[in-house]
Amino acid sequence: MATRRRDAVSDPRPDSSAAPSTPAARRGSGLVVDATLQRGTFCLDVDFDVAPGEVLGVLGPNGAGKTTLLRALAGLTALTAGRITLDGDRLDDSDAGVFIPADRRPVGFVFQNYRLFPHLSVLDNVAFAPRSRRMGRSSSRQAAEKWLERLGLRELGDRKPAQLSGGQAQRVALARALAAEPGLLLLDEPLAALDARTRLEVRAELRRHLEEFPGPTLIVTHDPLEAMVMTDRLLVIEDGRIVQQGTPAAVARRPATQYVARLVGLNLYAGTRGDAAGIQLDDGGTLTAAGQPRAHQARDAPPPTGRVLLAVRPSAIAVHTTRPDHSSPRNVWPGTVSGLELLTDRVRVQVTGAPSALVDITPAAVADLGLSNGTPVWLSAKATDIDIYSDGP
Amino acid sequence: MVGFAFLLLPLIALLVRAPWRGLSKVLSDSQVLTALRLSLECASAATVASLVLGVPLAWVLARARFPGLALLRALVTLPLVLPPVVGGVALLLAFGRNGVLGRYLDSWFGVTLPFTTPGVIVAETFVAMPFLIVTVEGALRSSDLGLEEAAATLGASRLTVYRRVTLPLIGPSLLAGSVLCWARALGEFGATITFAGNYPGTTQTMPLAVYNKLETDPQAAVALSLVLLVVAVAVLAALRGRWLRGGATP
Repeated sequence: MATRRRDAVSDPRPDSSAAPSTPAARRGSGLVVDATLQRGTFCLDVDFDVAPGEVLGVLGPNGAGKTTLLRALAGLTALTAGRITLDGDRLDDSDAGVFIPADRRPVGFVFQNYRLFPHLSVLDNVAFAPRSRRMGRSSSRQAAEKWLERLGLRELGDRKPAQLSGGQAQRVALARALAAEPGLLLLDEPLAALDARTRLEVRAELRRHLEEFPGPTLIVTHDPLEAMVMTDRLLVIEDGRIVQQGTPAAVARRPATQYVARLVGLNLYAGTRGDAAGIQLDDGGTLTAAGQPRAHQARDAPPPTGRVLLAVRPSAIAVHTTRPDHSSPRNVWPGTVSGLELLTDRVRVQVTGAPSALVDITPAAVADLGLSNGTPVWLSAKATDIDIYSDGP
Repeated sequence: MVGFAFLLLPLIALLVRAPWRGLSKVLSDSQVLTALRLSLECASAATVASLVLGVPLAWVLARARFPGLALLRALVTLPLVLPPVVGGVALLLAFGRNGVLGRYLDSWFGVTLPFTTPGVIVAETFVAMPFLIVTVEGALRSSDLGLEEAAATLGASRLTVYRRVTLPLIGPSLLAGSVLCWARALGEFGATITFAGNYPGTTQTMPLAVYNKLETDPQAAVALSLVLLVVAVAVLAALRGRWLRGGATP
């Protein structure tokens, strides 16, 4: 039996199955997820909360289970085990046999390709949710007009989705989802279908609209910038499991996995800290890091022993064609150039060695050093430029 | 080129030999008018029956997943390749007065289908419905399930989704399928004459009238053929326009 608690203003479905509120139901507010979803050999197993008004970014490689998670939250897929509660209402509880289907969940979903109804005008697209709640045609349209106005789409009401630009379609999709007055908002790669320039405009605007939304919001993305700019907190999912959680800044500074490190452009090494000064890296080589190694959360925790992670910025590593003998950096090691990529104002040099590294240098330096694929080089990095932290959450 | 000529020449011959002067006289013949009206009514009724029975079946074929689906799909399209006469014989065996089902229809409800106007509709539906099913199934299969999901997340019940999203999106195909179905029913000959006979006023449709007139009054047969040709061309033109417009919105 589902229990419900939501104030009248934000409850989009006052007519749906309601039971008297209980103190137990009042405890939870926002989204509480403890979900397992088995699909063939793939298993999604996640446990997290999102507070009202919070924007949670869900980051992860393709096939990590991000979209599966959104579908489960929206009621398009049932959980194998566990439960999902929103503001104390059970949306899915496999033990209790509760499953609220998509059409009766107060969940707004902005799909990756928007999925606007091609046969309906923009106005009727946005009026779709009010109409589905048995609101009359004219009051539905009034509600839709209000949302179009709010999102700056008033002039587009008569157009068909095929006549919209990418950015406009994105806003219409958001308006359509918000017009259902959902308690939870889900966005699946909202900017992925846009070209780079439009993305920039829409990103800032979307952030503003999300701030006005009172409920919890989840944004699935694999664009790091999108994740940094638009979210309050990040959840990194790999292979169906949460591998890291934290503020965008914390995740960017101290990535827990190679996937995140690559996204934010850091060199990341896993290793074991023994008694010796250096840290033995799993993939070969030794690095020395200065300062107190710190755990992710507790800044003054004792130095981690055993498994540690080392993060190094590509710009903190220097490239030499001969071994730098009188240099101060404590870390010096040989390697071979295996790739060069021009970024806007720098060249990212890929060096294979023990350990391998990405190094950022100026185009002038590449010319001076005569670097090309196969050039033998020496790398050096100051111990103070290597951030060390314990492996694991 | 030879193929083109081969296909076109008979039609040209029909136009050349058409009794243009006597056309109005032939077409005002009461027997002809009766056949024409009967044809239109029966073809329309067969199309409605096909819609009622065929669209849900098309939906099942396109969306359901169960063992034997492929076989079912093959069986549904069988009337497309079956000689219509065989269809007529099969209908007689099923719905005839001594047929597998017809026996009970007769003794329990006093309903007799063979050699009646409803029999014409049954025969035409049997032959024409697969055209509708195949067209609608194709449209349903290629329609975007994502849109139906989106509608569900917006609070639409299954019925609302079907009414406001699925049906409008397959609308063009539904119309095209109906027109095809109607045209096929209108031209139906073999199954009709076998199952429903050839009685002026009750079961003699246009194609049957053409066949009859060919022996007694060849000029009238040509005139009637001309009418059917015009209908066919009109159907083709309607479908072309529909398909072109349908293709413009992906």
